Amino acid sequence: MQIPALKNNTASNQPTASCHGGPEVDTAGLPLIAIVGNPNVGKSVLFNALTGAYVTVSNYPGTTVEVSRGKGRLGSNEVGVVDTPGMYGLLLITEEERIARRILLKDRPDVVVHVVDAKNLERMLPMTLQLIEAGLSVILNLNLMDEAERMGVQVDAVALERALGVPVVTTALTLGRGIGQLKEHIAAYANGRSADKLSNTSLRTHRYHTVIEEALAEIENTMSGSYQMSRREIALLLLQDDDEIVSLVREQEGRSTNEILCIAESARARFSRPISYIVARKLQEATQYILQPALRLPERRVSGFAEWLSEAMMKPWSGLPILLLSLFLMYEFVGVLGAQTLVDFLEGSVFGEYINPWVNQILSTLIPWLVVRDLFGGQYGIITLGVRYAVAIILPIVGTFFIAFSIIEDSGYLPRLAMLVDRVFKKIGLNGRAVIPMVLGFGCDTMATIVTRTLETRRERLLSTFLLALAIPCSAQLGVMLGLLAGRPDLLGLWIAIVTGVFLLVGFLAAKLMPGEQPSFYMELPPLRIPTFTNVLVKTYTRMEWYFREVFPVFILASVFIWFGQLTGLFDLLVNTLLPIVRWVGLPDETAVAFLFGFFRRDYGAAGLYDLLGVMSGSQLLVATTTLTLFVPCIAQFSVTLKERGWKTALAISVFIFPFAFLVGGLLSRLLVLIGARL
Amino acid sequence: MKLSENTEKLLEILWVTIEEEDKTGLQKKDVVEDSGDELVQQGLAEWKGNTLSPTPMGKLEAARAIRRQRLGERLLADVLIQEDVLLDDHGCHMEHALFDGIDESICTLLGHPSFCPHGRPIPPGECCRQMRATVGKLITPLSQLHSMQSGDIAYTKMNNQRHLQKLMSMGVLPGVTIKLLHRSPSFVFEAGYSQFAVDEDIAADIYVRLNGL
Repeated sequence: MQIPALKNNTASNQPTASCHGGPEVDTAGLPLIAIVGNPNVGKSVLFNALTGAYVTVSNYPGTTVEVSRGKGRLGSNEVGVVDTPGMYGLLLITEEERIARRILLKDRPDVVVHVVDAKNLERMLPMTLQLIEAGLSVILNLNLMDEAERMGVQVDAVALERALGVPVVTTALTLGRGIGQLKEHIAAYANGRSADKLSNTSLRTHRYHTVIEEALAEIENTMSGSYQMSRREIALLLLQDDDEIVSLVREQEGRSTNEILCIAESARARFSRPISYIVARKLQEATQYILQPALRLPERRVSGFAEWLSEAMMKPWSGLPILLLSLFLMYEFVGVLGAQTLVDFLEGSVFGEYINPWVNQILSTLIPWLVVRDLFGGQYGIITLGVRYAVAIILPIVGTFFIAFSIIEDSGYLPRLAMLVDRVFKKIGLNGRAVIPMVLGFGCDTMATIVTRTLETRRERLLSTFLLALAIPCSAQLGVMLGLLAGRPDLLGLWIAIVTGVFLLVGFLAAKLMPGEQPSFYMELPPLRIPTFTNVLVKTYTRMEWYFREVFPVFILASVFIWFGQLTGLFDLLVNTLLPIVRWVGLPDETAVAFLFGFFRRDYGAAGLYDLLGVMSGSQLLVATTTLTLFVPCIAQFSVTLKERGWKTALAISVFIFPFAFLVGGLLSRLLVLIGARL
Repeated sequence: MKLSENTEKLLEILWVTIEEEDKTGLQKKDVVEDSGDELVQQGLAEWKGNTLSPTPMGKLEAARAIRRQRLGERLLADVLIQEDVLLDDHGCHMEHALFDGIDESICTLLGHPSFCPHGRPIPPGECCRQMRATVGKLITPLSQLHSMQSGDIAYTKMNNQRHLQKLMSMGVLPGVTIKLLHRSPSFVFEAGYSQFAVDEDIAADIYVRLNGL
């Protein structure tokens, strides 16, 4: 391996005329800054710092499955910023990485900021080498310097800069440290955007095995297409048999493709191990060489409270109590403060005493037709039902849940929970990783269904989508359920036990029935961190914004549909169809209305039960809440399932769940009669 | 019984054809006559029509030869770290140096590996069945380490591309020092300043050269 003397890249950094013309309002015309890096190194924090007030986030940070784009200002120039899901390198493992790499391949970023965890440079620098090799304009951002310093890890940024030939900036982004300097470097790079950055960098930190180098040269010479990365990197990924790159090359090279694939194939045949492994080894070796003069590790490991707590979370005997404690705290925050105190206030006082009477009064003076009045007001009107539900019930419950979830997410607890439950989850065909969509499902199943994308295999995505639809009640529904069962802790306990049992049993059977690859579990355990206030707020806000954009229209639509159903008599027809089923399950006739509402929103249905509290026995209440929990997913979740998994799956899931929910209800009620339970 | 090198090679090919390619034997046109005859004379193989297939004794003998060959490859790759070259040629010569008995010691030394560097299975020997550790293990899978034990990664299993990719993304590559922190409920290890949780399957793919040896 040879490291040639530093040849500064500034020649290509001179401001040149932008090929896209002057700055435009549209992000498409702006210099583009891409933020890349491993999961959990602070990419989203940087994104927020760069975009500031201009942010248009459309994702779920931490469990980022979609790309965030925003506009920022560097000096006097406006720039576009794109945040990407975490990636470990240019060779893909997960779907998220595909999304991240596609930005590098297709979007032609002018600057690529590689954010890394300073104390884990040894592991993260190989990706920097790949990015440089790919001919991208890389800025290496050594983040989390505060943690590194606490651990006694010392990094010589100047030595690193010299060895790599790219700017290296140290920051502690959550504390706002170093952000000014980073912005300056980005601005300097962004101004110097030019096409010749794509030519191979003259600084080469490493050379691969001769066989690989020869194959690379041969492929590069055969190539004639145009790529957003250096041909060397494209050829290297091709050698590693990357599907997407193979099709990209096919697209670009046309007839020479076969020749290129042949070269790659014969190079692969020369090695007994996958080329990806040999490449990884070489990058690792180069990293060690580069870091030797630049990185100083402490003799002894620092161990503080965070490390102690982390240990406690992972040991079963202490981990379980910690889990129960966090569940209890969450219940107090979401279930009591959100679902009871805040809902009572908004629903009872604000809507019950002020808005609804006021709306109804205005409607009755302005609109002479009862039919139109009912569309907006009355029992099921857009404002009196749709808006009231959204604002008075959903907002406080979902809002408090998302705050709690963001805190848990930012603290680093979820990966530890994943590690704790992996063995149980394996039994239901999933792996510990699936705990993240499952926990999120208690907030919003619709959002959680989207997050199942982060799971690796199709089978796992399918199983988790199914279980989310069946047995994970969302926070809105949970809030109403808890309210319903509030006076009856015995029923609450039974309800939890039954739903958990169904979750595990059905999951177990579904995993048995659905053949496929055994899931494997691997997860990085980030250090425990104290969540920052602003980050929690930003996350909660973006989630709420998404929630209202996606789900609010469904509420309105549901109100309109119910109005229409009542007007045309369709509603009565459907209630009558449900009647025999409801009777079979052993519930009062009135519950049929609640179930019908459940089609629109799970919690609508649960809320419908409120009015029936007086007429139902304890047993009936248990049967009703259990059935409704398992009952069909709401319209929003159904539509997302349709989008993510296709109509066959979405339909199959619903077709299974509908009779199954009633079956469980019916069996439960018969069992209760049989054992003579008086609840 | 001492077979000529070519005959032993044929026996190995025969074994691979049957055990790993699920065929009944080799066709006459694929068999070098002398070697075929020698195998039949020694009672190691027999002709069924035009197909040469091994006798039970032949299978046993072949498995031993294959085992020696693949252990030899392992030794080359893991201890002598000759990974970037085609190993077959070396392994071929090596197996003749590995007499029965010595291969047991080498097998134990290497932590009873179950596959060669190419990812093909190594037929288990008596020592693997008893998991004998008399020589003192040099290399052992992470899944068999005690918690708080540490060592350098010697190699990772190659036959599962998905696992391998994951291991590489975690920076689990030969030479990296790792320490096992927990064994239950999942395996948690530390590499550098990062901690990872993996299941037993993945932990069994990581072979560690124990510290102090």
